[in-house]
Amino acid sequence: MEVLVFLIPVSLALGGLGLAGFIWSLRNRQYDDPKGDAERVLNTEFDERPPQD
Amino acid sequence: MTDLSTDARLTGPRLAACPACDVAPLAARQAASARAQPRGDVILSLPTIHCAACIADVERALKAMPGVRSARVNLTLRRVTIDAPGMEAEALIPVLDAAGYEAHELDPGALSATAADRQGRDILMRIGVAGFAMMNVMILAVSVWSGAEDATRDLFHWIQAAIALPTIAFSGQPFFKSAWRALRAGRLNMDVPISLALILASGISLYETWQGGDTAWFDGVVMLCFFLLIGRYLDYRSRAVARSAAEELTALEVPRATRLEGGAEAVVPVAELGPGDLILVRPGGRIPADGTVAEGMSEVDRSLLTGETIPVVAGPGMALSAGEVNLTGPLTLRVSTAGRDTTLSRLTELVASAESARTRYTTLAERASRLYAPVVHLVAFTTFLGWLAGTGDVRLAINIAAAVLIITCPCALGLAVPAVVTVASGRLFRRGLLIKDGTALERLAEARVAVFDKTGTLTLGTPRLADPEALPEAARPVARALAGASSHPLSRALAAALGDVVPAPVEELREVPGRGVEGFWQGRRVRLGRADWLGVEDEGHEQASWLSLGQGVPIRLAFHDSLRPGAEEAVAGLRAAGMRVILLSGDGPGPVGDIAARLGIAEWQAGIDPEGKAAVIRRLQAEGAGSVLMVGDGLNDTVALAAADVAISPASALDAARAASDIVLIGRDLAPVADGVTTARASRNRIRENFGISFGYNIIAVPIAILGFATPLMAALAMSLSSITVTLNALRLR
Repeated sequence: MEVLVFLIPVSLALGGLGLAGFIWSLRNRQYDDPKGDAERVLNTEFDERPPQD
Repeated sequence: MTDLSTDARLTGPRLAACPACDVAPLAARQAASARAQPRGDVILSLPTIHCAACIADVERALKAMPGVRSARVNLTLRRVTIDAPGMEAEALIPVLDAAGYEAHELDPGALSATAADRQGRDILMRIGVAGFAMMNVMILAVSVWSGAEDATRDLFHWIQAAIALPTIAFSGQPFFKSAWRALRAGRLNMDVPISLALILASGISLYETWQGGDTAWFDGVVMLCFFLLIGRYLDYRSRAVARSAAEELTALEVPRATRLEGGAEAVVPVAELGPGDLILVRPGGRIPADGTVAEGMSEVDRSLLTGETIPVVAGPGMALSAGEVNLTGPLTLRVSTAGRDTTLSRLTELVASAESARTRYTTLAERASRLYAPVVHLVAFTTFLGWLAGTGDVRLAINIAAAVLIITCPCALGLAVPAVVTVASGRLFRRGLLIKDGTALERLAEARVAVFDKTGTLTLGTPRLADPEALPEAARPVARALAGASSHPLSRALAAALGDVVPAPVEELREVPGRGVEGFWQGRRVRLGRADWLGVEDEGHEQASWLSLGQGVPIRLAFHDSLRPGAEEAVAGLRAAGMRVILLSGDGPGPVGDIAARLGIAEWQAGIDPEGKAAVIRRLQAEGAGSVLMVGDGLNDTVALAAADVAISPASALDAARAASDIVLIGRDLAPVADGVTTARASRNRIRENFGISFGYNIIAVPIAILGFATPLMAALAMSLSSITVTLNALRLR
């Protein structure tokens, strides 16, 4: 059962990675326009350029 | 399109918190200079966009313009946010028009999206944390269930505790806060047993872990939190969608006023008004700015501002405030304060009182929780006492009581209503019904009688003068003056037909609600209105208005009106749903009977005044005919709309009528009304079934828990199974 010493931290770290990813996506307002984002995939233009000054 | 944007040109960057706020250009300019914005955001509504190509077109067209820093389309909300410092919507809309997209300016201040967004993201974050914790705790719990013992079990329990306790402290906050609010007010709500179960089960599990015991409920606690948060989020979402759509209706209405400029009328944006201006307020219209009455007598409905239901008589010299509704006669107002602060505070009040107008209704969920919360506490407490008396073991008694609380906890109950409401309102929104009020769906399901208004509801309400030649040349200026003073559809049609005629100087113009308009011209009383008011018999079959010049025989003016599309389907659908359909109209028996016959409505009454309509509705309610649905659009329907149990109005309705109704029809078509009733009834059945499912599961699980046989595995299985069943049942509505 010594393997648990690695397995448990690893599983927690992986889960934590998922959580961090979710929180990052929330902070980046990725759930504001789900329909639009689904359609934008089909767009041939690269539209995520930084604001032009 | 261009007229919607005119006020933007005049006020500079829109900083106002509401459409009517920037009353004076001066105030707006001062505010603009005081609060220079780093971003010049303009928000446009794009009702016609639907695909990837549309997004690309709109963004390309806007970004090609010099001065536009960025443009981002939100397809979910059908809006585009443009960051273009110093540019106005007026310059941007034609560009989109040229690209083939209809665009309307929205007031960024009226769309309080940011606060609502933050709340939604907050709940999502708590769901994410609870979901993460649930999965990890569950992995550890499964190994305990499958036989981990001694030190391994204790270690796993400790790790579970280390994950679960911070999670509960963070993700459980919405429940704790709501329960605390309820307890402080001396009430019990659904969140009280939830919070108690979360805290008690966490506490007892921690104690058991510390004592090296074999049962810990950490997995159940976190799972409960996760499922309940999903219910909470769905609930929040359906409210937010309805609110943002309602906000959009408000934001689209760029307020205008009719200003008198040397005798001529000019429609100007409210922002252009300044102190000292004379404005004309027609009956049925909301007063656009604060001012004193300069001319005219009328009654004013202040209920939206003060809650007074009795209209106040307004005469020369009386001070009126923006937001009040002018009821009977045209008023000429001298604008006094055009400051943004006064109007802003009033509008805030207005929104608040409009929201709290119909809150006394108890929903199914409230009734269930009122019944449920005390029973749960009683059962858990009795179990505790029973085990304490039977065994004398406090630890065992508390353990079993905690198990009862976890098992009975309304996991599926928390999802039962929000899941159904989300699915049902989404379905109705696709069909063109906008639910403004959370309880409207349930009240609609209970309606047994449907009362329709005729003009503007069953018919399009845009009548045309049948034969302009029937009106003698000499009578036209008087007819124009009388018609111009009323917002009644027939008067508007008459005014439109006589658009090029100069109105005669008619004095003491007054609208008598439900009857017509009267005034004095060359010393004679002149009237435009219904036949029985003018003392003549109307023999005709179509809609008609009569004009009396004070001498001679009144002149009959016939109008054509067409049925609103979908009216036949709506009436047939409601009858098929077993509803009694009644037509009440202020119009003469001829046209009302005609429409009733065409739609197959057996019960109709003509010539009813506004109070009469409300009285009929109250009589129906008192007679026990069941809940009443009122569908209406006009000034004369507002009393009836407010008196009915549930009210629907078309988007074209007078703003007073829309404010009094719970559901707004977005399109021109009336057919969704019948859909609305069937969907509302189906959703009520789903809610009941969902309650049945969760109660059924409790009936099986509670005795097991009371007898002390409940295990964490059982709780986890039952909880997830019942939640999934309830959600799937709700999805059947789609």
